[in-house]
Amino acid sequence: MAKTAISLTVNGEKVEALVEPRTLLIHFLREQLSLTGAHIGCETSHCGACTVDMDGQSVKSCTVFAVQADGADLRTIEGLAAPDGTLHALQNAFREWHGLQCGFCTPGMIMRAWRLLQENPHPSEAEIRFGIAGNLCRCTGYQNIVHAISAAAATLAGASKEAAE
Amino acid sequence: MNEIGDTRAAREEKLQGIGCRRKRIEDIRFTQGKGNYVDDLKLPGMLFGDFHRSPYAHARIRRIDTTKARALAGVVAVLTATDLKPLKLDWMPTLAGDVQAVLAGEKVLFQGQEIAFVVATDRYLAADAADLVEVEYEELPPLVDPFRSMAPDAPILREDIKDTTEGAHGKRRHPNHIFTWEVGDREATEQAFRAAEVSVKQLISYQRVHPSPLETCQAVASFDKIEGELTVWGTFQAPHVVRTVGAILSGIPEHKIHIIAPDIGGGFGNKVGVYPGYVCAIVASIVTGKPVKWVEDRIENLTATAFARDYHMTAEIAATRAGKVTGLRVHVLADHGAFDACADPSKWPAGFFNIVTGSYDFPVAHVTVDGVYTSKAPGGVAYRCSFRVTEAAYCIERAMDILAHKLRLDPAEIRMRNFIRREQFPYHSALGWEYDSGDYHTAMKKALEAVGYQALRTEQREKQEQFRRRETRELMGIGVSFFTEIVGAGPSKNCDILGIAMFDSAEIRVHPTGAIIARMGTKSQGQGHETTYAQIIASELGIPADNVMVEEGNTDTAPYGLGTYGSRSTPTAAAATAAACRKIRAKAQMIAAHLLEVHHDDVEFDIDGFRVKGMPERSKSMKEVAWAAYNAVPPGLEPGLEAVSYYDPPNMTYPFGAYLCVMDIDVDTGVAKVRRFYALDDCGTRINPMIIEGQVHGGLTEAFAIAMGQEIAYDEMGNLKGPSFMDFFLPTAVETPHWETDYTVTPSPHHPIGAKGVGESPNVGGVPAFSNAVNDAFAFLGATHIQMPHDPWRVWKAAEALGLQK
Repeated sequence: MAKTAISLTVNGEKVEALVEPRTLLIHFLREQLSLTGAHIGCETSHCGACTVDMDGQSVKSCTVFAVQADGADLRTIEGLAAPDGTLHALQNAFREWHGLQCGFCTPGMIMRAWRLLQENPHPSEAEIRFGIAGNLCRCTGYQNIVHAISAAAATLAGASKEAAE
Repeated sequence: MNEIGDTRAAREEKLQGIGCRRKRIEDIRFTQGKGNYVDDLKLPGMLFGDFHRSPYAHARIRRIDTTKARALAGVVAVLTATDLKPLKLDWMPTLAGDVQAVLAGEKVLFQGQEIAFVVATDRYLAADAADLVEVEYEELPPLVDPFRSMAPDAPILREDIKDTTEGAHGKRRHPNHIFTWEVGDREATEQAFRAAEVSVKQLISYQRVHPSPLETCQAVASFDKIEGELTVWGTFQAPHVVRTVGAILSGIPEHKIHIIAPDIGGGFGNKVGVYPGYVCAIVASIVTGKPVKWVEDRIENLTATAFARDYHMTAEIAATRAGKVTGLRVHVLADHGAFDACADPSKWPAGFFNIVTGSYDFPVAHVTVDGVYTSKAPGGVAYRCSFRVTEAAYCIERAMDILAHKLRLDPAEIRMRNFIRREQFPYHSALGWEYDSGDYHTAMKKALEAVGYQALRTEQREKQEQFRRRETRELMGIGVSFFTEIVGAGPSKNCDILGIAMFDSAEIRVHPTGAIIARMGTKSQGQGHETTYAQIIASELGIPADNVMVEEGNTDTAPYGLGTYGSRSTPTAAAATAAACRKIRAKAQMIAAHLLEVHHDDVEFDIDGFRVKGMPERSKSMKEVAWAAYNAVPPGLEPGLEAVSYYDPPNMTYPFGAYLCVMDIDVDTGVAKVRRFYALDDCGTRINPMIIEGQVHGGLTEAFAIAMGQEIAYDEMGNLKGPSFMDFFLPTAVETPHWETDYTVTPSPHHPIGAKGVGESPNVGGVPAFSNAVNDAFAFLGATHIQMPHDPWRVWKAAEALGLQK
């Protein structure tokens, strides 16, 4: 099948690639770029295991074509920690609060939470639950994920307050 | 032997041993997207396989034409039953003693059955080519209703065994009959019912559901033609068994088969069995000489691999007017689908369903189970359950409520009157089990007090009056569930899989610097084994858990074990871990005594090392002993410090718990809202409370899904209705209730550290708690039993049937 050239930014790095028009973004990320953090759980946009951030929005990369990401700025779980390896507050909080078990939903869940906390830095429990409703978890029952996101929000708020002072 | 100033408490704290809320080691890679799941694997030259599947539930195959599929550029091979037949791989044995078609050649027996396996250079091409396979069918009448399976005019499904009257579990009465399993004392039970002051009888159905872990089933097979070696990475809850079965099926010597289960994205029983996808990937790799990856999609997962339940239980309880139970009789109609592909221990065609007497002191009981074939997908696996235990718990917990209702007794009260008392343990149940330990009254009382049970009942009565006066359209339900599980399969005297005893194992090596590698025969799918086994080792050996690396899932390096399912890892492999540690500690004691120049009986283990009895200042840390094990062992002792244990448990373990659910139901919409859910679990010794609570949260969420909406439903033609997450109910964070957890601790007397296992308890105990809450809400209006799942439509219908929708 004829291929299309795309050019985009992934985790801060320029990427140029040839893809089939039908190639899904999740397969492009996982197979062409070897970024295997995001997973495929359902192929119907329900589970959110494939969630990545595209131009400031959470997207389910199993229902986005790679060609639609042409020119986009993408961030995946692999690009969440600081360049020096320091983990993001969400990554720490998920571990601290036992917000994961099998780990399969975790990259998508954390990337969704990352965007959620930018949309709403001080979410209530109900807002967190609604904000991650597009991401299914089969292991945790969500309770500890909600705790983790809430805790990360507090950490980030503390950090930004410190920076302001 | 320690840093100066370290108190005993500080020394213990440093170990991060049994009982502490140790943070998980696994999370470090998972939170960074660095897990290693099967589909992450990429091998040079790797091909992709995909299935062409049957659209019909029952049809004869007239012709399979793969010409167009083969002609597509990029297609390397197309396998059909004809290709598998010369290899004797067109059929494979199931764990339940049946056979299952790997690829259907003559007949299809369920919608979605595998017919052709297409192998291509990328997954998109494989999917394209799978669509190009042409099959000509002659439609046959499907058999969807299990109650019709043994009708004289029922269509015969399994023509391959239609003349076989003797199955793996005895006589077959009908071509669609698989087995009859009987346990208990029929005559004494009949006598109890004849003499009963009261009795109740109810058909209680547990609908067909699916474990649907977020990661589907998948494998990569790579056959090395030169060495004759096969390596398979796959979603295997029981990798060693897969290797043995693989060797038997393929004829490849077992030592030349390498089975690797990397990180697994949830299992819940879905990943115990062997599926056609695994076999086809292996054959395709042998045929093409290249690695072949097979990844099922979600629709395939829900359609074809391992459903759970579909148990139709007719329960009868005999009792006195005072509410003391005198007998239990249960008949089960078990729908196994097209093949009996349950993953039970071999001698147990209905698993441990004979735990159905539950937590109650039934003097007599009798159970019969009839397994039948239907035109549905095969399975019957233990979905977060120890072999039909969740079915049994649902059956008895619903039936006890029905009895309570008939006698106008409170559901909590009738349970208290019938509990096995603490002093009766070890308790021999009427259906043949020896319950190891329990204290049911204490657990129940604690639970009732925690939720303010009496006040809730008072509120409920007021609400009922308001409802009668038409002041509200909301009903309140209080679900009581008290479960006893049977887990940790199991003792070799009664548990094996294909002849292999169900022990489990640990191999532990202490390196000279005191670092440890430990390998087990189990396989975590999210339970946190890398974290918790290390805690046991830390407590047993006095080496900090952070210095222990736990490895599972590679059959070349791990000792043989039967894998992780049925809450068996803690009862079996954790026991093996403690046993191996104790062997190491015994040798370490000899070395310590040698270093301290005293007799080994004169030293004792103390937190993180050995000290001379009565002279605590003379001591050697385990770290020092580890070093000495490689250069200064006493004469006559071999160097090194390692041990392996294959632990054959003397008995099962019997975790239990008291769950209470408070629900508000809107009669006009059928929407049931969980106001409160309290779960008290007693899993014996608690290794890591944080992980236990996490397991309970997750299991309760699965129980909520099952009770309140999950169903694998078929239409009358055998079409699966809604095989995607669009329709199959998996709750999001919005619907999922808040969970309250609590505990009591009644250690198992026979387990080295007293632990019982917990992973499945919340599912086993949770489902009846939700269902009893719904039923309890409507009971005062005359409802006896409302079938699951309790989605808003069905709840609305139940209300309508009671004349409430006027």
